[in-house]
Amino acid sequence: MEYIDYYKVLGVDKSASQEDIKKAYRKLARKLHPDLNPNDKEAHKKFQQVNEANEVLSDPEKRKKYDQYGKDWQHAEQFEQARPSQQRGRGFGQETFSGNFEESDFSDFFNSMFGNMSGRFQQRQTKYRGEDYQAELQLNLADVYKTHQQTLTVNGKNIRITIPAGVENGQKIKISGHGGPGVNGGPAGDLYITFHIVNNTKFRRQGNDLYTTVDLDLYTAVLGGEIIVDTLDGKVKLKVKPETQNGTKIKLKEKGFPVYKKEGQFGDLVITFQIKIPTNLTEKQKELFEQLSKL
Amino acid sequence: MIVLDEFCASHQIEVSYIHSLEQHGIIQTIIVDKKTYLPADELSHLERIIRLHRELDINPEGIDAINNLLFQIETMQNEINDLRNKLRFFEE
Repeated sequence: MEYIDYYKVLGVDKSASQEDIKKAYRKLARKLHPDLNPNDKEAHKKFQQVNEANEVLSDPEKRKKYDQYGKDWQHAEQFEQARPSQQRGRGFGQETFSGNFEESDFSDFFNSMFGNMSGRFQQRQTKYRGEDYQAELQLNLADVYKTHQQTLTVNGKNIRITIPAGVENGQKIKISGHGGPGVNGGPAGDLYITFHIVNNTKFRRQGNDLYTTVDLDLYTAVLGGEIIVDTLDGKVKLKVKPETQNGTKIKLKEKGFPVYKKEGQFGDLVITFQIKIPTNLTEKQKELFEQLSKL
Repeated sequence: MIVLDEFCASHQIEVSYIHSLEQHGIIQTIIVDKKTYLPADELSHLERIIRLHRELDINPEGIDAINNLLFQIETMQNEINDLRNKLRFFEE
């Protein structure tokens, strides 16, 4: 457990007046408030520190105790025992934030100096929604080709969710009511899941369209023919026109990726042909190519 | 839907404050049989407004500006995500 310099946290001198503390606190609170910094864990953490610093420094009694025993905080308890008649838990900061805070949001240092804060929260009648939870889920591209269900463990609870086909990399979905429990009987928060889609296929995805390169032998490219190509949905037979050039692109309609939450709709699959020139030619083949070149 | 009076009682907030938010076009209420309701999907939005009002002393005009900026941030974050995915397409 480390000593926390609350004056440093608020950026004020030890001689700061209550007005200076209030001003510094409000300025930092406006900058770091979780509602103004969604998804910023660092801001949330700093905001808790600022809140805690204000809790102590805006209360003359706490501030006195902190100033007297701050660095030597281990003796604070003895200080309290030596003065049993002194009332505890009084005069909390007039302006500390209430939303989504629990006792555990105060540091060990704070709790060791000022004891259990739970009474303060019981006094508050206001119902607040619980904290929103953020989770990340890594999936393979092929996994999100079809809608499927998956069980996640979030804060020790198993949650079965449906992952719609076509979900994008970096996309966030909300699972209502699966966040932190509400305060004073308020509703639970929401769970936000951010998807990280790993592409381990030979297809490249752009939106709902897939792109791939298919090798084509010289003879099929020149004379035309039929080839079998892979799609995410299986193999398809494809006609190749005679005299197909290297780099030719063809589009297979609706053989791409499913459109998110639009059942039965798919993007396209764009195939680029890469013509392979034969190597290790036999004498006969060389001879025939030479004949061809002279025609 | 949530009954406005019940919401205000549980959040210890004046009904007039909710009406002032409505006048500023920040939230919408629904009146059914002379009773005012809040749409359930507005709840988290409204609670954020109340926190900003109560904890940061921000007036309705300021809250409206914050909402607009947060919406812009969200739009930009989605755009960044789309661009990242496009970049990833060329990097693969």
